[in-house]
Amino acid sequence: MGHYSFKLPDLGEGIVESEVVDWYVSVGDTVEEDQHIADVMTDKATVELSAPVSGVIRNVGCEAGAMLAVGAELVLIETEGEGNAPEPTAQPAKAEPAVPAQPAAVAEPEPEIMAPVQKTTISHVPGRHEVLAAPSVRRRAREEDIDLGVVPGTGPAGRITNSDLDNFIAAGGMQAALPVSNLRAARSATTEVPIRGLRRMIAQKMVQSKRNIPHYSYIEEVDVSALEELRQHLNQNRKPHQPKLTLLPFIMQALTKVLPEFPFCNARYDDEREVLTQYEAVHIGIATMTEKGLMVPVVKHGESLDIWQSAAELSRIADAARDGSAKADELTGSTITITSLGAIGGIASTPVINAPETSIIGVNKLQERPVVHNGEIVVRKMMNLSSSFDHRVVDGYDAALMVQALKRLLENPASIFV
Amino acid sequence: MNTHRKCKVLVVGGGPGGYVAAIRAGQLGLDTVLVEADRCGGTCLIRGCIPSKALIHAATKFEELKAHAGNGKLGISISSAPELNLGQTIDWKDNIVNRLSGGVQGLLSKAGVEVIRGWAKFADAKTCEIETADGGQTLHAEHVILANGSSVTELPGIPFGGDVISSTEALSLQEVPEHMVVIGAGYIGLELGIAYRKLGSKVTFVEGGERILPIYDKELTRPIQQWLKKHDVEVITGARAESVDQSGKQPVLHYQDKQGETRTIAASKVLVAVGRSPNTAGWGLENMPVDRDGAFVQVDDQCRTSTRNVWAIGDLVGEPMLAHKASAQGEMVAEIIAGHKRSFEPVAIPAVCFTEPEIVSVGLTPEQAKDKGLDVSVGKFPFAAIGKALTMEAGDDGGFVRIVARNDDHVIVGIQAVGAHVAELSGEFALALEMGALVEDLAGTIHVHPTLSEATMEAALATFGKAIHTP
Repeated sequence: MGHYSFKLPDLGEGIVESEVVDWYVSVGDTVEEDQHIADVMTDKATVELSAPVSGVIRNVGCEAGAMLAVGAELVLIETEGEGNAPEPTAQPAKAEPAVPAQPAAVAEPEPEIMAPVQKTTISHVPGRHEVLAAPSVRRRAREEDIDLGVVPGTGPAGRITNSDLDNFIAAGGMQAALPVSNLRAARSATTEVPIRGLRRMIAQKMVQSKRNIPHYSYIEEVDVSALEELRQHLNQNRKPHQPKLTLLPFIMQALTKVLPEFPFCNARYDDEREVLTQYEAVHIGIATMTEKGLMVPVVKHGESLDIWQSAAELSRIADAARDGSAKADELTGSTITITSLGAIGGIASTPVINAPETSIIGVNKLQERPVVHNGEIVVRKMMNLSSSFDHRVVDGYDAALMVQALKRLLENPASIFV
Repeated sequence: MNTHRKCKVLVVGGGPGGYVAAIRAGQLGLDTVLVEADRCGGTCLIRGCIPSKALIHAATKFEELKAHAGNGKLGISISSAPELNLGQTIDWKDNIVNRLSGGVQGLLSKAGVEVIRGWAKFADAKTCEIETADGGQTLHAEHVILANGSSVTELPGIPFGGDVISSTEALSLQEVPEHMVVIGAGYIGLELGIAYRKLGSKVTFVEGGERILPIYDKELTRPIQQWLKKHDVEVITGARAESVDQSGKQPVLHYQDKQGETRTIAASKVLVAVGRSPNTAGWGLENMPVDRDGAFVQVDDQCRTSTRNVWAIGDLVGEPMLAHKASAQGEMVAEIIAGHKRSFEPVAIPAVCFTEPEIVSVGLTPEQAKDKGLDVSVGKFPFAAIGKALTMEAGDDGGFVRIVARNDDHVIVGIQAVGAHVAELSGEFALALEMGALVEDLAGTIHVHPTLSEATMEAALATFGKAIHTP
């Protein structure tokens, strides 16, 4: 019989503390070795931790939602086997052998990021039919992410037919399901949403950035008519293995070209030490909307990638962030960030710098606009760039020069590649 | 020599779950490796569904021929009794198995799947050491599909060996045992016991429960009980098998009867058919951080285990341990890996017992429906009133089709049947449930005359009204 102290393991580069998002055990519970005991949040990923030994939980290090330092005791387990910790009760003076200085064992060498598993009992008996629909209709609904429970069925006994699904989608999908009668009723309820996990991390980073960094924002319009022509040409003639190009890879390529002239924009500023670290490598953070919230996966060494590689890497890391498979080092280490709301619309934005970086480039919607060109009004494809800079280390004048250099490249796309 | 390689999908186990997963993954262009220690086909093809159906067919044919000896039957008589060479029957069965296993192998290579014959052992969730005849291989897979299947369950106190056999050996006997004692009157024990009865063995069932096939209701199992009685097959229920004494000339089974008294039966072979257990040992499952659900591996409705990109299907993940469930899961997992959106959400998993006569059950029985609080009606139609059944000597075994439907909207929640050849009706039953059919849908579908399926239409008519061919 012994006591095993399971200390919060080091879960990634430079992380000194993590939030314990959820407990799956409490004091007094019996756990099996490898049993899932807690979810902890590191950087931007949730990691499941498993019990390293079987036994009874005698102590938990903190409450759910609290922060715990790496190396602090996560749980104390009373185990049949030999422990690694002294008895928690006061010990007689009898010299207990010192706790061996071995680091706390982690259940797995590399904790894999895991999805929660819901236990499913496969039943060969159907119960009450919540949804009555043929397998083909169920499959199509799944593919279109439609919950059949809200689709009105017109078939016998309320069976949902393929045309019911068509009508539901045509009528605007989920909105059609809202009960109309409630729309005009006065409402008084409030809902308190605890800000936890990734949301809390986003909140903290935003405050840190806005509080410490005097943001200087600069908005400029770019004529991307030529760039669009090039992009469409490349897409029409791409080889099967080459990904479809959006505008973003071109902006990434242009950035890697201009940044060497503006090293203070491709940098991280440590304001406590008052040191600006300028990078030769261009690690481009890509602000990405995921189900859980904003994440910034990173395209490493943008300067070493060609346009196709940029596009492929961009889509790979964005997908990884969205499906939760991104590794810790794919979510850290950016030296400049791009944020694009182009698909939604908007003529300008005021992006918040991804601290401790010094610059963030915001991409606004590409639109055809009338512009004066050689004394005539012509329709051109125009796009705005809304960028923010850390005014402590980047002067407005230099920031403007940087954006103008970027604009020149994008308006003369051949120059991106020479 | 130990070689290393990477692949996108590693499938462990070449049974109906694993090989279907691998074929689909290959068809979808994924770099797929399948590891199987034996030939491809799994329990189903090599020592389960297929060989048992072959044996049952041969046994039925033999019994039929016997009925024509002497005075004959249907005006057909043969002068002497038929003779059985069980060794040749088993060879014929083995040929079918070989042909199908070769076919599976062909489909796998056509789909571009690399099949490695060897024993897979996981060092961690994504790294697999494979022992093959010519050394070892290490595979690093992005996705792992566990399809390790199940094995026959051994009874404590009655180890396999000698004249104590499992279903595997029962499918390869060279001689018909004079007296076969079958422990367990579930569907595997009954299928094999009935086949050996037809082949000429005296057969005795020793069952722990109160009746045969406890998962089905009495109405469904009555025709089987009648057949057993008519063929002098003794069924001892409420009996606990304790040990088999193999020291004498014949194995002797010791069991405790209902009253707790110890009794013995001498046999030629003792067939233990008390179920199957998932294969969870010997291949490194303990090195993978996956959650368990009792003896099984726990999965969600997409067959994901608790470790990302480790999937599990088939018998390994729980009841019902049926080949068609494993195949459906295998196909789905391959498609999910290829990026499709799928989930395992059948309305029903149909089940068939190839007993004499056969039983089909899809969805809820009347009892199960009531237990779930459903307000249902039941429609039933006997094969005795179906012309086709009479013309093929299938009208006198007490068989019927039974439909269970909700009273409020007439949606069918279950269909069962018992009778000769009813297994082939199972497709329509399952389709009706999956399509959310109403009783009126079955009743309003013109069924071919003369076929057994007319009983389905008539049972539908009987559920909320009256069948046509009923007094």
